[in-house]
Amino acid sequence: MDKQRRKFLKIAGASVVAGIGAPAIIKLTATPALASGHDAAAAGHEAIPAAGHGEQGGHGEAAPQGVRLGMVIDLRKMNDTPGLLDAAIASCIAAHNIPEFPNSKDEIKWIWKAPFSGVFPEHSSRHAAKKITDNPAVALCNHCDEPPCVRACPTQATFRNNANGVVAMDYHRCIGCRFCMAACPYGARSFNWYDPRPYIKKYNKDFPSRMKGVVEKCNFCSERLALGQEPACVESCRGTGAITFGDLNDPNSEVRQVLDKEFSIQRKPSAGTKPSVFYIV
Amino acid sequence: MYNKGTIIPGLIIFVLFVTFPIWFNGLTTAGDLPKPELPPGGEKQCVESADYMRANHMQLLNEWRDNVLRDGNREILEIDGKKYPKGLQTACMACHSQKEKFCDSCHTYAAVEPYCWDCHLTPKETASKEAIH
Repeated sequence: MDKQRRKFLKIAGASVVAGIGAPAIIKLTATPALASGHDAAAAGHEAIPAAGHGEQGGHGEAAPQGVRLGMVIDLRKMNDTPGLLDAAIASCIAAHNIPEFPNSKDEIKWIWKAPFSGVFPEHSSRHAAKKITDNPAVALCNHCDEPPCVRACPTQATFRNNANGVVAMDYHRCIGCRFCMAACPYGARSFNWYDPRPYIKKYNKDFPSRMKGVVEKCNFCSERLALGQEPACVESCRGTGAITFGDLNDPNSEVRQVLDKEFSIQRKPSAGTKPSVFYIV
Repeated sequence: MYNKGTIIPGLIIFVLFVTFPIWFNGLTTAGDLPKPELPPGGEKQCVESADYMRANHMQLLNEWRDNVLRDGNREILEIDGKKYPKGLQTACMACHSQKEKFCDSCHTYAAVEPYCWDCHLTPKETASKEAIH
């Protein structure tokens, strides 16, 4: 009797140990990083030359696939030519039927001017150069690789176009909840508090307006790209090199050549959104 | 028959009242089938046949909308040498430039109020703002 109880306790103990230990062992061997560590490391190594500039944080990241449209804004060149930025903003307003509300709180912003310290809170410093403090910086939607606005949208009215990396808006689906505005770390989204039509100065007949109660933002001129044209702001800066536009994933593209040559910064890199808009200051 | 004097006029009034939609539409123009005005430019060709468009233009527009905005497929349709960049303003209204005489004629008759023009601009609307500048 005594002997049997001892045997029973031994078997029960062993079963408990096996029951707790087995899942842990299965988990360990199933993780690819541990199980096939060498293969993953090799793949990552190959990706590095192709990834290049835009992927500074690319530790163990997959090689970028397809087209990712991006922009480099050279603030030095932008500020060298007075009126260039105004022209770029005006061309965007004209191309997209953007209303100009008198109250700045209602402003609809696709591409806009803001002080450097506001655009780059993480980069601004107390003793910034005079050219930095005296001139406005440019801001627009960053068309992030990890767009927080897309995560926040409850209707998928805003989404990332996987063919070219543009963060697009489908105004037909927007319900005006403004979650995306709260989610965007760059303030790149604006809400139409009023009917925009009376505040549009001139209509572009090939582009719709928006209605009261929807959020809008820069679309990287998707409608112009489809016709083989450059974005409106890029076109109005043509010849100055202030804005360069192209595919960030193509090592031979103009943007990549500019990025490879110059030191560039992105807005709020700590937000982890991986912006597609780069700045040279 | 008792109360002939009240029953017969009452019946007449009742019949007139019940048949109101029939004789009202017959006597006035309210019931006439709408005659949408064809494009002022004299175009006869559309992206699909007139019958198809009459029945399915709303589905076609939704399809175009999804193609252009969601799928990024902005391919320009070419039918018999004429180019149609998908879009209400870029394709439809290029020929049917009078929304008031074309779209509205049936929509009013059918009492539908599509919200296309909350955002999309009619040629008349665009013309109003081109003159200012």
